[in-house]
Amino acid sequence: MRFKKNIATSDTGFIFNPGSGDSFSSNNIGSEILSFFKEDKSQQEIIELICAKYDVEKNLLEKDLDDFFSQLRDYNLLEE
Amino acid sequence: MEKLRYERPIIKKLNVGFVNKFGTQAKNEVVTNIEGVGVKELIKEYGSPLFVISEKQIRRNYQHASRVFKTRYPKVQFAWSYKTNYLNAVCNVFHQEGSWAEVVSGFEYEKALANGVPGSKIIFNGPDKTDDQLINASRNNSLIHIDHFDELYTLIKLSEEFHLKPRVAIRVNMDTGIYPKWDRFGFNYENGQVWTAASRILNSENLNLVGLHCHIGTFMMESSAYAIAASKMCQLSWDISEKFGIHIQYLDLGGGFPSTNTLKGSYLPGTDTVPTIDQFADAITDVILGFGFRQEELPLLILETGRALIDDAGFLLGTVLANKRLSDGRSSTIMDFGVNSLFTSFWYDHKVTPAQEGGQYTEETVLFGPLCMNIDVIRENVLLPLLKKGDQLVVHKVGAYNMTQWMQFITLRPNIVLLDQSSHPHLIRKAETLDYLESVEIVPNHLSKNQ
Amino acid sequence: MVTSHNIKNKRTLVIAVTGLNAIDSPGPGVAVIRCLRECADFDVRIIGLSYEALEPGIYMHELVDKTYQIPYPSAGYESLLQRLSQIHHTEKIDLVIPNFDAELFSFIKLRNELEKLGIHSFLPELEQFEARHKTILSKFGKKHQIMVPEDRIINHVTDLTKAVAELDYPLVVKGKFYDATIVHTLEAAQKAFYQLQAKWGLPVIAQKFINGTEINIAALGDGKGNTISVIPMRKLYITDKGKAWAGITIEDPSFIELAKKFVKITKWRGGCELEIMQTAEGVSYIMEVNPRFPAWIYLTAAAGQNQPATLVKMALGEHVEPFLTYEVGKMFIRYSWDLITDVTEFQKISGGGEL
Repeated sequence: MRFKKNIATSDTGFIFNPGSGDSFSSNNIGSEILSFFKEDKSQQEIIELICAKYDVEKNLLEKDLDDFFSQLRDYNLLEE
Repeated sequence: MEKLRYERPIIKKLNVGFVNKFGTQAKNEVVTNIEGVGVKELIKEYGSPLFVISEKQIRRNYQHASRVFKTRYPKVQFAWSYKTNYLNAVCNVFHQEGSWAEVVSGFEYEKALANGVPGSKIIFNGPDKTDDQLINASRNNSLIHIDHFDELYTLIKLSEEFHLKPRVAIRVNMDTGIYPKWDRFGFNYENGQVWTAASRILNSENLNLVGLHCHIGTFMMESSAYAIAASKMCQLSWDISEKFGIHIQYLDLGGGFPSTNTLKGSYLPGTDTVPTIDQFADAITDVILGFGFRQEELPLLILETGRALIDDAGFLLGTVLANKRLSDGRSSTIMDFGVNSLFTSFWYDHKVTPAQEGGQYTEETVLFGPLCMNIDVIRENVLLPLLKKGDQLVVHKVGAYNMTQWMQFITLRPNIVLLDQSSHPHLIRKAETLDYLESVEIVPNHLSKNQ
Repeated sequence: MVTSHNIKNKRTLVIAVTGLNAIDSPGPGVAVIRCLRECADFDVRIIGLSYEALEPGIYMHELVDKTYQIPYPSAGYESLLQRLSQIHHTEKIDLVIPNFDAELFSFIKLRNELEKLGIHSFLPELEQFEARHKTILSKFGKKHQIMVPEDRIINHVTDLTKAVAELDYPLVVKGKFYDATIVHTLEAAQKAFYQLQAKWGLPVIAQKFINGTEINIAALGDGKGNTISVIPMRKLYITDKGKAWAGITIEDPSFIELAKKFVKITKWRGGCELEIMQTAEGVSYIMEVNPRFPAWIYLTAAAGQNQPATLVKMALGEHVEPFLTYEVGKMFIRYSWDLITDVTEFQKISGGGEL
């Protein structure tokens, strides 16, 4: 599971899928996760990075990440 | 290094049609306290969910409405509509302010008496009054508003049998240009039914016709309908005194003034479209004052306003149980209160605000209750900040009808707290317990566990 | 009287305009802006106010200097006021011209609040605005001896039988806000009723069908009963949505009189459009009154009575004399044009609410 290579992300939280023409916006933490994801960081690494920076329990983050990834999948932004 | 505040990651598709947010400065309204008392503290002390009633707001509402009518018309009397909220604490705030009681059942009648309202200041409405209740109300000199001919003939018979002199009013229904017409209550104005009733009362030995009553509908958005109603009531009162030579002492225009809640299906929110009490007062008093009654014969104007006086004094506090992604991608949040407690969520798109500061991002969310029932939906679609388990929400304007129409279903009814004028909380109805629930149950011996 | 705006000095006026949806059933905003930009008496900076990210006007940078998203009327006028105050803080808006039926209620309600902020407007009173609503237009017509097709308010499907008996076929069954169907049988009327009820709620209106020539009139009232401008236009070609695709200014004093009568009775303040049906016998019925400028408003400027520019002057307190003449035979022909932009522009307005 990885981010599609051609997906464009911007600093302002916009995401553009040139394959479909769809645009998306994300909150700060979402953009951050996407950028880690683009750097091919593993889910485990992402969890550690976010937990170090934000006041969040690992379990909750894990649940929220799963939901976030399922949204990315629904929006057709991932390749298996 | 201190860690940053966490917010769950979200991604939203930018829809080519609709826009989801309006720049980054748009601020979510957060309500952290009710009349200065923290939502978190209230929940900590009294549990979640929790109904909270502001005594200050009730009195503000009452005093405002009273002033609005009394500055326009010399003789005004409010009668608290028990069915809207019959918690004794609430009723007594209204009675302290000067309200009579308006009841529609035997047990409400008993409640009003027990609250210390003199019998003569209780209006007994509705289509369901037993013989015993009629006798009792007659003896207490209450105002009996007759709903149908069967009741009228029963009362005549009882008055003869028991030597009663009941004070009565005729409930009138009429066409005021609004839909639906509430023609199932009382006697019709246009087809002359009301005349038959009046004649019958005035030809009876014992019944004393003192007033006329109408109640044209509920959640009325047109103040002009009240002008039509007032005009027909004046005309009827005038015609009755012409023909029978008696003076109608009061006109009871009933209730029906809306609160600023937003009805489901309406395009604009209630806060934008609902007429003010002033507009209703203008519509009603202009007609009565301009009708041509002599100053000393002006009828007493009775109002049974319920919802408009109590709705915005009631709040429901609750807690997020879970967030859940629905199969179609929509986000949903499950609260610890459902339609069993918040009955009015069937009619209104209630205003819901978070009780804690959150981020600037918002998400369209379905708000569910905790019941194992598909219809348990508090809001089909509401824009809320990203909530997490344990966060709290405040539902606004829930003071009318919820604490009377709520159901004991799946969960037990929660505590109700009244914040007095100094914002001190008082528990005014205890959360129900299993013992309370079972105190009225009887298990036959052969089904008992000891068998 | 506003003295701070000396229009003669050609101060640049900041004017906010809604209705940038110049699509197949267009809103009037872009046409209004075109009129404002053409007026030689003042310069303008145009602030677009949009609801949806694909309103073409947002991307027409030669016409619209900057656009902000505003909340839908369903969010309540408090949200609208909050957003407008925010925009005003940056832009110092002199005047706002709302152009959507659905938003007018909110803007009228907010008129005094906006005035306090220094944002002028020139809108009808709530009472005038309500009186032209289609559910009570026929009552209004009867009261003031203006010909309006007879109608019946339908709250229940059984009311249709009576309406048919009284009004006869063909009958126009209309939704509370939009949509209408012409029917010739009770079954068709009932079907239309259910459809319109489902879409727009109750009541539904059954109106006597009037056959004739469609004339639209753009009028501008000063709020005291005087008509400052009237331009009658005959539709030459109508789209399947009933919108004029082409039209022509015509000369007929009876239309001018009708518009003047309407403006006088209602003391209409601002722009409005009267939709007229003139029968073969020459009787003119008012079919509908739109409480704002029509989408074809640029024709008024082309014919010599620039209504939007005149509204600006009146809103800023300048005295204006009524127009006396206009050019007859001026035509408009609407055309479509594919504007090219980049996805980043769409993202900015859609995600950030500004462009």
